[in-house]
Order: sequence, then structure tokens, then C-alpha cells
Amino acid sequence: MEQKKYWQSFGELNNSAAHQQNAQDEFKEELPFEGLDDKGLGSATTPRRDFLKYVGFSTAAAAVAASCEMPVKKAIPFVNRPVDAIPGVPNYYATTFVAGGNAIPVVAKVRDGRPIKIEGNELSSWSKGATTAQVQASVLDLYDTARLRFPMADKKEVSTFDAFDKMVGEALAGLNGAPVVLLTSTVNSPSSKAVIAEFLAKYPGSRHVQYDGISYSGMLLANEASFGSRMIPSYAFDKAKVIVSLGADFLGTWLNPVEFQHGYTRGRKVDPKNPSMSKHYQFESMLSMTGANADDRYTHRPSETGAVAAALLSAINGQGAAGISDAALKKGIEQAAKDLAANKGQALVVAGSNDVNVQLIVNAINDAVGSYGTTIDLVSKLQNKAGIDAEFAKLVEEMNAGSVGAVLVYDVNPAYDYFDAEKFIAGLKKVRVSVSFNEKMDETTELCKYVLPANHYLESWGDAEQKAGYFSMLQPTIAPLFKTRQWQDNLLKWSGSAVSYADYFKNFWTTRLGGDNTYLKALQDGVVESPAMIMGFPSFNGGSVAAAVAAVGSAKKSSGTELVIYQKATFTDGRQSNNPWLQETPDPITRATWDNYLMVSPALGKSMFGIDITNPTQADEYEAFPKKPVVKIKLGNKEEELPVLIIPGMQADTVALAVGYGRAEAIGRAAAGVGKNAYKFGVSNGTTVQYTAAVTVEKTAGEYKIATTQTHSSYEGRYEVIKEITLADYTKNPTKILDARAKELEPWGGLENYEKDGTIYPVFDKPGIKWGMSIDLNSCYGCGACVVACTAENNVSVVGKPEVLRAHDMHWLRIDRYFAGDPNDPNSIQTR
Amino acid sequence: MIHYRSILQRVALILSVLTVLCFDQGVFAQDGKALFQQNCASCHAVHKNLTGPALAGIEERVPDKKLLYAWIRNSQAVLQSGNKYFNDLYLTWNKTAMNLFPNLTDEEIGAMITYINSVPAPGAATGTGEAGVQAAAAESDNSLIFGVLTLILAIIVLVLLQVNSNLKRLSDEKEGIPSYEPVPFYRNKAYIALFAVVLFIVGGYYTIQGAVGLGRSKDYQPEQPIYYSHKVHAGTNQINCLYCHSGAQEGKHANIPSLNTCMNCHMAINEYAGEKLYREDGTEVDGTAEIKKLYSYTGWDPDQKKYVNEPKPIEWVKIHNLPDHVYFNHAQHVKAGKVACQTCHGEIQNMGEVYQYSDLSMGWCINCHRETKVQFEDNKFYSIYEKFHNDLKSGKMDSVTVESIGGTECQKCHY
Repeated sequence: MEQKKYWQSFGELNNSAAHQQNAQDEFKEELPFEGLDDKGLGSATTPRRDFLKYVGFSTAAAAVAASCEMPVKKAIPFVNRPVDAIPGVPNYYATTFVAGGNAIPVVAKVRDGRPIKIEGNELSSWSKGATTAQVQASVLDLYDTARLRFPMADKKEVSTFDAFDKMVGEALAGLNGAPVVLLTSTVNSPSSKAVIAEFLAKYPGSRHVQYDGISYSGMLLANEASFGSRMIPSYAFDKAKVIVSLGADFLGTWLNPVEFQHGYTRGRKVDPKNPSMSKHYQFESMLSMTGANADDRYTHRPSETGAVAAALLSAINGQGAAGISDAALKKGIEQAAKDLAANKGQALVVAGSNDVNVQLIVNAINDAVGSYGTTIDLVSKLQNKAGIDAEFAKLVEEMNAGSVGAVLVYDVNPAYDYFDAEKFIAGLKKVRVSVSFNEKMDETTELCKYVLPANHYLESWGDAEQKAGYFSMLQPTIAPLFKTRQWQDNLLKWSGSAVSYADYFKNFWTTRLGGDNTYLKALQDGVVESPAMIMGFPSFNGGSVAAAVAAVGSAKKSSGTELVIYQKATFTDGRQSNNPWLQETPDPITRATWDNYLMVSPALGKSMFGIDITNPTQADEYEAFPKKPVVKIKLGNKEEELPVLIIPGMQADTVALAVGYGRAEAIGRAAAGVGKNAYKFGVSNGTTVQYTAAVTVEKTAGEYKIATTQTHSSYEGRYEVIKEITLADYTKNPTKILDARAKELEPWGGLENYEKDGTIYPVFDKPGIKWGMSIDLNSCYGCGACVVACTAENNVSVVGKPEVLRAHDMHWLRIDRYFAGDPNDPNSIQTR
Repeated sequence: MIHYRSILQRVALILSVLTVLCFDQGVFAQDGKALFQQNCASCHAVHKNLTGPALAGIEERVPDKKLLYAWIRNSQAVLQSGNKYFNDLYLTWNKTAMNLFPNLTDEEIGAMITYINSVPAPGAATGTGEAGVQAAAAESDNSLIFGVLTLILAIIVLVLLQVNSNLKRLSDEKEGIPSYEPVPFYRNKAYIALFAVVLFIVGGYYTIQGAVGLGRSKDYQPEQPIYYSHKVHAGTNQINCLYCHSGAQEGKHANIPSLNTCMNCHMAINEYAGEKLYREDGTEVDGTAEIKKLYSYTGWDPDQKKYVNEPKPIEWVKIHNLPDHVYFNHAQHVKAGKVACQTCHGEIQNMGEVYQYSDLSMGWCINCHRETKVQFEDNKFYSIYEKFHNDLKSGKMDSVTVESIGGTECQKCHY
């Protein structure tokens, strides 16, 4: 078996001077021996006498300072200690992380009345106790000092909730029948839906509009055409032997990654008795985290997405990959189609596109390979994304026409993340009564007349139904830190109800579950699962597929540079952008912190900046210093200047930009001034918002420092970093890697006696429990949740961008990224 | 010869049976004490009225053993049965209901009563304490005497040396041997060198000791917002430490009790009538006034017998401070390790205001971990150390120290 060469950096690929230097030096920086030359210590700028003087003075000063009185500390016990609250001993409460429709069942560790750590709730059958970096970091958001602390009208504090209720109540009453619009992120909470219904009934003509910052309208509408209802099915990646993803980052950010990650890794685990693994094809334009985990990866232009989907459909139907000119891509599509067809009922195709036509074609492919009812579950629908772009566009039109009386905003921020934010802002200014329930003074809240901040999820009651029939509960783990109120309470108050949401919620579930005890049990467990019995599901209606294929066939193919807007796996849509833990967690692919930037291909790097990464000198110049070239990217009248990172595996003419950056100052200190807003480069195709666009990229004279951690620390030449073996080899000889290790250790006693003979120290007898830890690299896809979890558990410091630039990052965990393959051929790039 | 042996054997047998019997009784009394502290001590003392009446002479007051036992197990049932003595008692004690102890067995109650009877009336115990103090004082006197003696002897040696050298000089002069000019001792290089070395060693020793002691606060005894005497509570009234510091067996912190714990007893006990209390500086403490302070914190009005004011927490001064970079867990020591509180906190039951008994230095921790033998028998916590259990059983080792189960590894406490 020939070992592939894995390289951590371009320097390592070329074995350049900077890399050799890096491998030798323990410290990234020069140690501060200023003026120390060959003339000896005496004549150095800091001579020995000075040194001794300083040492003497500082020792004396420290001794004097330390021998002053010890500080007097106070110990203040409870007046009345609550039962079960033992100071220093944590309690655990089941609740649910909710953010923009996403709901993940969690358990909060609460010590001395404060939530300090979030873990997944293992009782949930779909999340199976898994969390994401965002969930792990969410506990810090609770204590964010930039949260709004009291209700406000015209940016001035309103002293009591009653005064605020009166103010808004009068404003709503004075609308004279003009419609009230409740604008929220996707709501999948049953009790909140009931509250919303009560509120809407009170204001006739009012309506509820759901809006998702990253839209899945394309899927919803395509499924409406195929199955008769707007819905998103759930996907069982564990049941799939062949997975084809057309640009869907399902391990990182697509739909419900917590569930998909688990299913996917189950298909990747190798059972020694019956070795088998799922096969994963990825067709995409940029290098996504999911693409980095694929077995076979093919790149194409973003504007070719529809063509690739259509070609895959035609290949499955036995007509070959029609309409694809690139030979490698064509071969890839045909290979994928062959594998899919051979594994009918165990195959799954997913697409990240928000284009209805692409999703329609993918539905047709899934129907052709028998996915519905096997790997795709149409009954336990995913309910975390329900926003329809056209509905929101209609609302924006109405707002601009001045026909909307009031807008109540909760958990959405279109003034920041709508592609045509200016139009929304202009419209919002024409709305007579605007109320925001957002937790922070974000871009939309800034424009609202009334602001009543909602509670953080750790301070809230509530419920969520991420998948149909799978409910999870929220219960407060701390009393509200500030003068905030749950948004459901506001709606109840303003619809004239006297009950609080907490009581409403309790009543709702006690009735539904049939008793106090079951209600309390549901709160304790955090989850209630009553999935519908599978009674048969809607059949596939392929009527609109032909039109979709024709539409993508006639779509204009771009020939210039194209932009892909993506979500970082650590950062997602940017709602937690003031979270320094997330800001400092390196991106899985670029290993960059505290910024967004344009990911470009080596080919583009060469043609635009003259940086050939296979040339040691040029690669060093680019890589060894944090300064990166800056480009200006233009789309119509929108433009932005951005630094550039060269990433192998990017399609040659594709550039990629992450959303979630470029926030307003008021979001908080960590988010302010970091990166640029990418949402504005979205475009509407008439029905849905597209996250790809043909853009022009110009070189500028500027330079910008990006803090990447990739070349921090090195193995100092100790290789190899990865032991790998193909499934075929493993099946033939399961002990191959172990044998190689045994051979390697032979001079030091072999596998058996290595512990005794391989060391110069005497063997220490270790009684009792011994802990070890091993990570199954087949299951690790690099999401970075463990890095954030470690930060939370161990109080690891955040150092900020200037210190990361100096390689002073404090993370205890490092998830390295290694490439293998030819940097000039994006299809050959493999990532670990 | 042979019959001697059989007699010896018999005598030995009798002796051993006697020993076992005595021993057995010892365990019994010990159990009674533990049971008493666990169940009764928070409301009753042996010779003093607390929340409930003093228990000394209880058997004379209630000669019917059956009735007494029934009362202890379920006082409410006895009251309802209409027993006159107990109903009167209930009224005299302001209708304070006694807790129920349905799980106590006859033997256990018997053991407790045996213990109650065995406690001598107050006054008997004080003598030994004073004697101890005198002994300690005598000891410190001795060291002073020895020091003075050493100093005098040293001076005599110096004087004799001086005399000797003077005599030698005189005799040399007489015999005509030329001699150098006499050098006064303060300019004698040998003396100066000796003095410098001694100064260096002594000064160095004290400097280093002082430096090491920076940040340590052994014997720290701050004045607290309330003069709370552990001697009265844990000593005289025998309240179990864990009754108030229950956190010590549950978590990291031993916890200062919350005020409602104090009020469990002090709702009924509103004056101090025990032996006189003195502060370190000799001033007398008015116990009743200190209890009043507690009432002012909790907002309790002892006349109306209800809370009338908003309570506020007491800001005690923290005595035992560990640096942030060390992890210490009370439950691990108290529950798993079965270490007595006094091992680290000293004779807390004899302290008025608490002072820091140990220096809480790392050397002190490590030393204890090296010397302390882990209680392996009947301790589920250590059942995982199979190898040690086997070695103990087979006699390969006679005891396991904390060190041998990893108690001196750095990351056990610093991580």
C-alpha cells in the first residue's frame, strides 16, 4: 500500500524554507532577546547589572506587596436554602435549545442557580444527545452584556411592563383595522402556535409571516409540487448505502445536521465482522465540510447545479450524463448514477440549492432510486424551516405601499440578512407601529419604535416540534437576568388574555398529556415522542419534472467568476455572532478565526495574484505571513472589499463567502467590525432567493491580516499523521495496520512489552481505574463542537484576533486539516 | 507440665472472652453516642434544655420502657392515646412536636439511653482541660529555660576562652616567647567569620520560613459578625457537625449553614444560660445578645414567635481559603475517605470562635496523603482496587496509603 502524502500547509507540500523553519522552532515568534548579539551579555542593550537590578527590585517589591495584609473574604450563606440546592453541587434540567426554528433537546447543568454548561439530551431519539458548536456556545449568550435589558419606546426605557402594554395596546387599537403582521422565524412550537392563533383572532385581517434568514423555500415548493403539501421530509442517512449530495452541507449546516451527522456516521462505522461502509459522492462548487468528508468529490460551476442534477437524472434513466461537457464531472455523475441504481431503496440524493427546479429534479431522482419510504421519511417531517420567500417579498411590497399597520418582529433580522435589505428597511419605516421582541439591538430592532426584548431560551418556558411527533420542552433554568419577557406573554397580554404564558403552557400540556404527573415527567425528560404511525404517505407526482429539466437546461451558464454564499459549520447564519467562543473556533476548512473572507481556488490565485502555491517561494510569501491580498467583489451596484484565502478543492472559477459577519456595532464587542455582510450578494430568481451569483472580482492594492491557526504548532517532522486503509484492504487483512505498528515497535519489545521496554523510566504500577480516550476518525467530520465544549467546560480563555495572529490561541483541542492530492485539480483533493 | 498448659489455655480463654465482652460493650456505647448525635442532638442535650427537654434521668421520669420507646418512635400516637405525662409535657414545651423516628430499633434506643446515662454532669470535664493548658504552658516554660541556659553556657564558654587566651599570653610573656599585639575579639577575623556564618544561616532560615509562610494564614481568627461558639454547639450540646455543615458529605463545599438551619433550634432557644464565654482578649460574651443578633438577621420576633422583618444574610468572614488553582472536595474526604472533621480543623468542639488550625499548605496535604491509611474495609468507594484488596487479604501488604492509590499525583488536585 502506497501511503498518500498528506499536507497540512502549502509549505509542507513544497517542503519550503518557511516550513522547515517552522518544523524546527518550538515558538512561532522570535523570543524577545532584544539586542543580544555576539558581543556577549555585558555589552547587550540589557546588561547583566541592569538585569540584576530589576530582579532585585521586583523581588523586593513583590515581597513588600505580598506581605501586606491578606484580603478578607466573606462567605455568605443562604437565608433560606431551597431544597435540593446544595452550594457547589450542580443540578441538571432538561430544556431545548431554540434558534430560528432549529430546536435541539439539551440538558443544562445549573450550579448555584446559574446555567454553566449545555449537553445534549440523550432521551431524544433523533438527536441522540448530540449538540453543535452553537448549542455548546449558547450558554455564553445568556450572559452577553450586549443583550437588551429593559423594554424601550423610541430608544428610551419604559419603566414597567404595564406601561409598555398600555402604550402598545393603544397604538394597536389606533390602527383602524390596518393589518397587523407577526413576522417571526419558523415557529414549530405547538403552544406558541395556539398563542399566535389567539392573537390573530383578536386583530382581524392580521397574519403571521415566517421568514428564514437562510431560506429553504425551493424545497418546500418543490415538495408541494411533488407531494401536494409544503413540507420537508426527514432523511435517514443511516439507511443509505449510497449518498449523493449536490452541494448540500448536511453535516454542517443543512436543515437538521445534528440528526444527519449521527445517521451518516453510523453508515461510516466499520463492523469488524461484516465490514461495509456507505459511499458518499459530493458534487459542489466550493469546498464544504461535508465535501471534505466525501469519498468521491467532483466540482462544477455554481450555475451548473441544475445541469448536474438533470444529468444525474438522465444517467439514472439510462441516457447517460447528458449536457455535461467536463469529462471528469461526466464520469463522476455516471459513476454515481450507477451506484445509486445498484442500491435502490438504500440510496439517497440531497441538494443544497434553493431553486425549485433543482429540488424537483432531485425529488424525481429520489423517486427513481426508491428513496421515498426507505431513506426519506415523509411522515416525520422536519418542521424547522417553513419560510416562503414569495410571502416575505409580498410583505415587503405591502410595507412599502404603506398598507401594513403594524409589524411585530420576533427572532428575525431581515434588515441584516434579507438580500434586499434596503427595500425592507424602507418598508419598515413606512409601517406605523413596529415592535421588536429580539434579544438584542440588532439591525432590525434598531428601526423599531417599540422594543420588548424576549428572554434567552435558558430563561424561557416553551416547547418545540423539530420533527413531526417529536416534541421537546423548554423550562427556565434561571430567572430572567434582565427586565425581559417572553414574546408569547406579549401576544397573550395584547390579545386580552389574563393568563401568563407559563400557565398557558402548563395548561396546554397538562390537557394534552392527560395529567399533572405526565406533564411533570415530560418536563423532567425534556422530550415527548409520539411519532405518527406510518399509514402510507403521499405518492410522488412527477408532472412538473419535465418542465423543471427544461428550465434548468435553458438557464444561462455563466462564464466568469461565480460567488457562493455559504454558512460556516461553526458560525451558521450569524445569529450568535457576538459569541467570542464561536468567533475564535477555527473554521473546519480554512482554519481561520474572527473573519470572513473570499475562498478562492489555486487557479484563481495564480491568475489574479501570481501566487503559484506549488512554487515554494511564492507559497511561503503567501502563507507564512497573515497578510493576504484584498479583492473587490461586485454584483450590480453592490460591492465589498474582502481578503482572499487560497483553498485547494475550490472549483477554478468559484469564490465563496460566509454569511454572519459584518454586524452592527450594537450587537456587541465581539461581533462589531468583524468581516463583511455576505447576505446582500443573494439574488432572487423571481420565486426564491438564490445563494449563488455571477460576480466580478477585481484585485486591489490592499492587504489584510487573517488569523488562521493552520500553521500554528507543527508535528516537527514526526510523521505520518494518519494511518489509513481502504475498505477493500481491510476486508482482506483486518490486522494490516496493527501489523505495521507491531513491526515498527519490534526493536522496543513489540506491541506486548512496548510499555515496559520502550521507556527509560521505571514502569509505574497503576492501580484502580485508568482512563483512556480514543477518537474514531471514521466518525469525526470536523464540526468543531468539541472545541467549543472544551472551552465551556474548562474556562479556556478567548484571546482575540491580535493574539491569534501571534499564535497565542489557547484552545486545548486542535482539529487539524490535511489535504492530499494535486492542488491544481480540485477533484483530486482529499481532506482530513 | 501438661496440665499447666491446659490451665493456661483455660485462663487465656476466659481472659479473651472477657476482653471480647468489654470490647463489645465499648462498641455499643460508641454506637449509642453516634445514634444520639445523629438523631437527637439537634433538639436535645443530655443535661440541658434545648428545643426539647434535657434527657438525663429520662428512665426515672418515664419508668415504663415500652411507653418511652413508643413515644420516641411516634410521639403523636402517644399524645393521641391521651397519656397524661406526655400531654402535660407537650403543653409545657409550647406544643413543639417531636420528630418521628419509626425506624429506630429497641436495641438502638437502648444504646442511646445507655449513652445518656453514661454522660457525666457538666463540671466534671473541665478539670482535664485546664490541666492540659497548664501542661502546655509548662512545656513552653521549659523551652525558655533551656534557651536561657544555653545562652548562659555559651557566654561562659566565650569568657573562659577569653580567659584562657589571656592566661596563655601572660605565661608566654613570662617565658619570654614573643607574642602578637592582642586583637580585641570584635576585630578577630575568626570571630567575625563565625558570626557572619551564623547570621547567614539563622537569617536565611527565618527569611525562607517567612517567604514560605507568605499567603498562609494558620491561626487566623477573625472577628465574626456574630460570636458563634462551636464549643457551645458542637462541644457542650453535641450537635453533629454534619447537621449544619451537611454540604460536607454532599459536595465540594462544607457550606456555612443557611439561617433557616439555625432557626430550627433557635426558634425555641432564645437565651444563653450555659457556662460563661470569653473572647480571646478575655472580654466576656453575652450569649443571649448574640442570639438576638441572629434574630435581627432573620427577622424573627421571639415574643410573637414569627418572622416579622425581611431577612438578610450574614456576611461571615471566610477563614479557610484555598488558592483557586487547587481542587479540594469535602465529600471525597468525609464520605469516601471517612476522615474526621477534627483531622484538618482541629478540636473544633473546643473552639470559641473558629481559628484556622492547619496551615493548609501543600506540604501539609501531601504529608497527610503519604501517611494516612485508606479505610479499605467495608468501603464500597474503593472496591475498584481489586489488586490491593487481594494483596491485603493475602497479607502481601498490611495497609494502603492514599499515596499508593494516586493521592500524590499532581493532577488529582491541580488540573
